[in-house]
Amino acid sequence: MTGLFYALLSLGGFALLAGVVLAIAQQVFHVEGDPMVDKVDNLLPQTQCGQCGYPGCKPYATAVAALEAEVNHCVPGGERTMLAIADLMGVEPKAVEQEAAAPMLAFVREDECIGCTLCIKACPVDAIIGAPKQYHTILADHCTGCELCVEPCPVDCIDMLVKPELIEHWSWPLPKTRRSQLGHERREHHAGHA
Amino acid sequence: MPAMLRNLAQRLGMMAHSFDGGIHPAQHKISAALASEPCPLSPIHILPMKMHIGAPCTSLVAVGDYVLRGQKIAKSEGYVSVPVHAPTSGRVVRIEEYAIPHPSGMGIPSIFIESDGDDAADDSIEPISDWRGMDPALLRERARMCGLAGLGGAVFPTFIKLVQDSRFPIETVVLNGIECEPWLTNDHRLMVEYADEILTGLAIIMHMVKTDSAIIAIEDNKPDAAKAIQLALDARDDLDDVRVVVLPTRYPQGSEKQLIYSLTGREVPAGKLPMHVGVLCQNVGTTRALYQAVVLGQPLTERMVSVSGDAMPRPANLRVRIGTPMRYVFARQGLEDFDGVRILHGGPMMGELLRHPDVPVVKSTNGMLAMREASFMSAHTQEQACIRCGHCSEACPAGLVPNLLADQCRSDQFDKAESYNLFDCIECGACSYVCPSNIPLVHYFRYGKGQIAQQRREKGFAEASRVRSEARDMRIEQEKQARAARRSSVRKTHPPKVEAESAPASEPAESSKMEQESKD
Amino acid sequence: MLVMLSSPHAHGGDSIRTMMLTVILALMPAAAVSVYLFGWLAVLLIVVCMLACLATEAICLKLMGKSLTTLLDNSAALTGLLLALTLPALTPWWMAVVGSVFAIVLGKQVYGGLGYNIFNPALSARVILLISFPLQMTTWLAPMSLAVPPVNLYDLSTCLTLFFAGPDALQLGLDAISMASPLGHVKTEWTLGVPVAEALSGYQYSYLDAFLGKEAGSIGETSVLALLLGGIFLMARHSITWHIPFSYLATVALLAALFSSISPDQFAPPMFHLFAGGLMLCAFFMATDPVSSPVTPIGQIVFGVGCGILTWSIRSFGGYPEGAMFSVLLMNCAVPLIDHYFRPRVYGHESGRE
Repeated sequence: MTGLFYALLSLGGFALLAGVVLAIAQQVFHVEGDPMVDKVDNLLPQTQCGQCGYPGCKPYATAVAALEAEVNHCVPGGERTMLAIADLMGVEPKAVEQEAAAPMLAFVREDECIGCTLCIKACPVDAIIGAPKQYHTILADHCTGCELCVEPCPVDCIDMLVKPELIEHWSWPLPKTRRSQLGHERREHHAGHA
Repeated sequence: MPAMLRNLAQRLGMMAHSFDGGIHPAQHKISAALASEPCPLSPIHILPMKMHIGAPCTSLVAVGDYVLRGQKIAKSEGYVSVPVHAPTSGRVVRIEEYAIPHPSGMGIPSIFIESDGDDAADDSIEPISDWRGMDPALLRERARMCGLAGLGGAVFPTFIKLVQDSRFPIETVVLNGIECEPWLTNDHRLMVEYADEILTGLAIIMHMVKTDSAIIAIEDNKPDAAKAIQLALDARDDLDDVRVVVLPTRYPQGSEKQLIYSLTGREVPAGKLPMHVGVLCQNVGTTRALYQAVVLGQPLTERMVSVSGDAMPRPANLRVRIGTPMRYVFARQGLEDFDGVRILHGGPMMGELLRHPDVPVVKSTNGMLAMREASFMSAHTQEQACIRCGHCSEACPAGLVPNLLADQCRSDQFDKAESYNLFDCIECGACSYVCPSNIPLVHYFRYGKGQIAQQRREKGFAEASRVRSEARDMRIEQEKQARAARRSSVRKTHPPKVEAESAPASEPAESSKMEQESKD
Repeated sequence: MLVMLSSPHAHGGDSIRTMMLTVILALMPAAAVSVYLFGWLAVLLIVVCMLACLATEAICLKLMGKSLTTLLDNSAALTGLLLALTLPALTPWWMAVVGSVFAIVLGKQVYGGLGYNIFNPALSARVILLISFPLQMTTWLAPMSLAVPPVNLYDLSTCLTLFFAGPDALQLGLDAISMASPLGHVKTEWTLGVPVAEALSGYQYSYLDAFLGKEAGSIGETSVLALLLGGIFLMARHSITWHIPFSYLATVALLAALFSSISPDQFAPPMFHLFAGGLMLCAFFMATDPVSSPVTPIGQIVFGVGCGILTWSIRSFGGYPEGAMFSVLLMNCAVPLIDHYFRPRVYGHESGRE
């Protein structure tokens, strides 16, 4: 009889203790709101290009967080972004349909520009400056290469150029040793199959 | 001796401080006894727009301009930057991109000067003989305008370090004459041949940072340099509180942080500078250049270069004009056929492998080594699996665990690598040197650091784009509201007129664009 | 295009091959003593184990489509030698082969080969053998120099018969040629209620004999002197550091000293622990196996202390008389954790970890 009593007492006591700890933990680690949209948005490259079918990065992030959109629609983000989002959302990664191209930059051929301001209105990050009837210029430092300005231009004076590679931004590639290449191939293989 | 016992002994004051780890690579200082000689003027000089750590310069000259030796030909843009000077007199023949000594093999805009052989100097910079009576701020400006950057190899603009900050007073100036890289002997020769100029440079530094105390650190493999400096020191009547300290040879003793610890027992906290522990560290070459800039009024247009290596017919220590093509220097020392020869810019431990000799000598060129293919490749044999022997950990002067870090970098676990202090790696190469599996550890670290930097850049760009995009959305929203408000007010006063709204509505957008422009 | 090579462009010249060869050389004194004690049987065991390990490694490499040059790194040969030295002299040939196959396949290659194994290959094979064949693995042949056994181990044909056909072929009872190891004897006596000192005097235990190796045990583990020589050679050649052996042995000695002074009847004295069983072999050659031990000096000390506590505990309270092998294997599991938590202090930081 006393054995049963001790068993009940210890189990009950343990349950109580666990309950108290959980209650405290809930208070301490309380999370406000749904940060998922911001977290997804943080992973996106913010080109605002709309290639995902949504009007910008934030709307796409909202759709992904609400499980309305797949994780693989961000073209400029490429595979790395897809994997990061899939990891964050805890869903299966999906192959990226379109290869991410080299980073591009829009460039206005100024002598052909008629100053119509249409591209200015199209630019999602306000990276084009100019006034009506004056040449427009694209701020290379702010251009995300989204190509949204190319379409509206009535005289086709905007070119997409490959972003020049700066020596300061050059970084070492992986060593070309067999061991490092094998490991790299294995990772690619896993990522592709996942 | 076991590291722990050594640490204990150092703490108890029983033993001099000495940095952790380190290795004893074969010295190969075959050019140590060769007196320096001037390298003849090359017919062409190539001056890259950036030879220092920091922002690149912009050219002040045009093709066809005639320039004098020491004339400023490119001005610095930004604070962390120093100008470029013409190394000799002649005509600017081209301004275009040209390869610089860089592992990528990439080039940057460079000014080509065809020398006229006169070597006529621009004497617009006045020599300062009475520097003791001068305001340190003016001397600092002199260091900047003469293009001084750390000649030990890091080429950090010198004037930035030569600052008096009342919060961090400099107690001791450390003069770095360690030169721990194998093969290199340029600092060695400078100390033997120009001891007095170096000491005057040191005196100028001490005057600038207002301290009487300095340590001149030399490794014990250069007794003649230590003797020359000591003799010159004894002959002077100033510099009473300056000591010559001879340290046992160990790589990487010449690394600033390690040297400061060995000499003073102080550690420079991570992310801080030597001045935060009251120390200023200068290389002997830079110190002599400061002497030349101040006392002689000469901008930095020449430096000492060790030309050596096991494939070098005539090793030498040359005083080379900056901008001289390396191929020209090699040819003068008898090396013209580069078949089966690998060229290194700098020493073997930290220097860069160059793809070809068609790059100019720059401010960071402390050595040019020509190595035989076979001896060079023996250091780059096939990488094998890590057997976790821990030799890398023992050799690491920064206290890192290189084998774990390399695994993390190799598998792109960059967050983890950062938490294992990847950025405290000084890339000295001691770990790779001792690795029995021939793992290119430093290469992995460079890869990891590069990837992290790129991710940060992308993150920063994305963040900026988001801010701009949100600002734009907000502006459009405000315009819409303003339009709606106006429409309702218009409707109240003139109910029928509505079609004229779209044209003026775009005006606020334009004006805000213009504001944006003026801000940019 | 030129392959991009990062500095340093100089190398010290160390290689896996020479490191492994150094360890093999360091084991030579112990191997010599084993031949002196157990004659041709020791030679046969060592040769069979090394050949079996090399052959297994070759087959594995072939099957995985890897280059056979890896065989030349001496690691398989070392594993074979280490395994042989931990086996009793009466181990039949097939058991030695099975052990070698275990060591290479399950101890090393299933993890991806040298460098990726969690456990020491030789030790894991030894433990698999101990659990699979408990009788054979705890039957100790009396060494030549001690009690003269009824067989001449310096006679090659006798040994060949013993090794390949077993004691039965010579019409020898196991009892006639075997004896208990000191650790086993003390353990058995204690379970019968005999105090340690009495058990040792009944065994005619001598510290000098134990130090020189004249006692029953696995062929390579008996001689403290030979193993110490090898260990000192390794440290002099910078193959291992003092951290693991010292902390391991010191912990065992301290615990033994403490408890034997409290209860001398139950707990054996420190010298006995240090000289007995496979402790010396484990401390200098098994626990220091680079692949399965921590990388950093502090980690190595933690590892050694852990091994010491486990060894002493298993010997004093466990079912097995000897605990050195188990303790090293158990601590092998903890190595990734130790590596993570006991990193050196990074220059300019307050502690190794952020």
